[in-house]
Amino acid sequence: MTIALEARNLKKQYPGVLAVDGVSLSVPEGICFGLLGPNGAGKTTTVEIIEGVTPATSGQVFYYGEVAGRKFRQEAGIQFQNTALQDFITVRETIEMFRTLYDRQADFDELIEQCSLGDLLDRDNRKLSGGQRQRLLLAVALVNRPRLIFLDEPTTGLDPQARRNFWDLVQSIRAGGSTILLTTHYMDEAQVLCDEIAIMDAGKIIKQGSPEQLLQEQYDGLIIELPISDLTDDLSGIEHTILENLGIIEVVTTDVSASLQQLSPHVSNLNQIKIRQPNLEDLFLDLTGHSLRA
Amino acid sequence: MLKRIYAIFQARNREFLRDRASLSWNLILPVALMFGLSFAFSNERDAYTVGVLQEAAEINTNDHAFLRTDFIRFVPYDDFELAMRKVSRHQLDLLVEFGDTTRYWINAESSKGYFAEIALLHSGSDTVLSIDKQQITGDAVSYADWLLPGILGMNMMFSCLFGVGYVVVRYRKNGFLKRLRATPLTSFEFIAAQVASRMVLILLITSFIYTGTHMLLDTRMEGSYFTLFLVAVVGAISLVSLGLVVSARVTSEELAGGLLNMINWPMMMLSGVWFSLEGAPAAVTTAASIFPLTHVLDSARSVMLDGATLSEVAPSLLALTAMSAVFLAIGAKVFRWGQY
Repeated sequence: MTIALEARNLKKQYPGVLAVDGVSLSVPEGICFGLLGPNGAGKTTTVEIIEGVTPATSGQVFYYGEVAGRKFRQEAGIQFQNTALQDFITVRETIEMFRTLYDRQADFDELIEQCSLGDLLDRDNRKLSGGQRQRLLLAVALVNRPRLIFLDEPTTGLDPQARRNFWDLVQSIRAGGSTILLTTHYMDEAQVLCDEIAIMDAGKIIKQGSPEQLLQEQYDGLIIELPISDLTDDLSGIEHTILENLGIIEVVTTDVSASLQQLSPHVSNLNQIKIRQPNLEDLFLDLTGHSLRA
Repeated sequence: MLKRIYAIFQARNREFLRDRASLSWNLILPVALMFGLSFAFSNERDAYTVGVLQEAAEINTNDHAFLRTDFIRFVPYDDFELAMRKVSRHQLDLLVEFGDTTRYWINAESSKGYFAEIALLHSGSDTVLSIDKQQITGDAVSYADWLLPGILGMNMMFSCLFGVGYVVVRYRKNGFLKRLRATPLTSFEFIAAQVASRMVLILLITSFIYTGTHMLLDTRMEGSYFTLFLVAVVGAISLVSLGLVVSARVTSEELAGGLLNMINWPMMMLSGVWFSLEGAPAAVTTAASIFPLTHVLDSARSVMLDGATLSEVAPSLLALTAMSAVFLAIGAKVFRWGQY
């Protein structure tokens, strides 16, 4: 297995804040790697250190075994979380300008087709909708036929249709053999797109692996969900988690029938009970906490 | 490397040329200033202004020999109090009323009033002074002639400092610089593209304004256009480089605006945009020589008004080149792509 990208013990100290605290990760070639974490966890800083746009306080980044440098800049494609483009410049001119900055260039027509920008080529950058703008920024990230692509919260603010469309695009890029490093706080997005994830909190990676592997490690069975309001008495003797802000109680079990039998004397309305597979959102909330971050 | 510089250069040119508001401002302001000030100071050749207290709306030069005196502008007044107020404020150098007895009023604190009085008292005299008078001829340098290099230089200064300094800070603040940082583009390539773009644009605009005003106001041009162009090129490089120093690290447009104004205003006041520093204290002229605009304007005026050759303006061009080298070295050294 070839490692496309490796970060070793990255640290970033801002005055009074250790934003990134010894992050190490490695991304095998050809996968979509998700970096997840709540707001302020340090994922954008980590990714920007890896991208080379923010200097690290310490640590090193390797690209195909070499310290990331000129080759990395030529072969990496980056879509930042917030990027302003030049005013008064059209979509066509923006793509052409960024293409010219690289030695290796994507075919212009293929790129336009891939990102569905055909009808927007002569439109001023300022007059694009959120989804159109994200597609343009993705096209800019792909102008050099990148071997490694960084997507930093690419679907934030998009409507459901635009998000699905964007996922299809990302999947087609991965199918083309590129390695993707995706940061997101949408767990459904990570579940659909990522082969491997790392969950960050307080500047550290607290869990890393494939979504299936992490879910198996964390949850032994299915989740039974029932509204707190339907409880007739307390659930002493039954292991459970109370999610007060959602108004539900969760019970993780390997034997659903037995658990339901245990629960039924304490519940007034069995029709409201839900049984489901644990997902990345459960894992994320369990690892990073349910309370609102400042 | 060149294709990357050209890509950024081209994009910046497009951005500027399509921003019609900025472009219009760059063209209209200097032209409007030039025409407005030329019109306002079109009587600059008149050294004195004398009010004539009379009923008639027009001055009749046959009324008195004094009214035929050269270099005095005579303005009729029928309101004595208004005219006296103007005398007291030095807006009139002298007020005169001709009649059976000629009466006049001057401000005792006005030096120009003193000389206007002498002219009045001698105007009717047939005294022949035993002095040897020799005359030379030559067209007067009009205020428009003198002002044109100043207006062009001022426009160049604003355009270079704000057009580069402010824009780079905006790029940094909105993340466009960070996006470029993630490409193979180097800081040298980016800076070179910005300098080249602003150079070409400012030279085009300056040439356009110069040609227009020169044709319409028939301004003086004694020297060679090539030398003048060279002065503009070297001057623009130094001013763009100064803009880059300001913008190298700053992340706030407000701070950049403040810093740029801190540089603009002393240059505008001390570099000779509006008035000559001839006769100013040595400390002021020495201080003015540290500004690139001073050298640009001195050289341009020498070429346009006195026909100075390249070798004569070479010291100023060398000073500007040295300043550019220092500014660019500092700018490149402290340049930052992001806000980190």
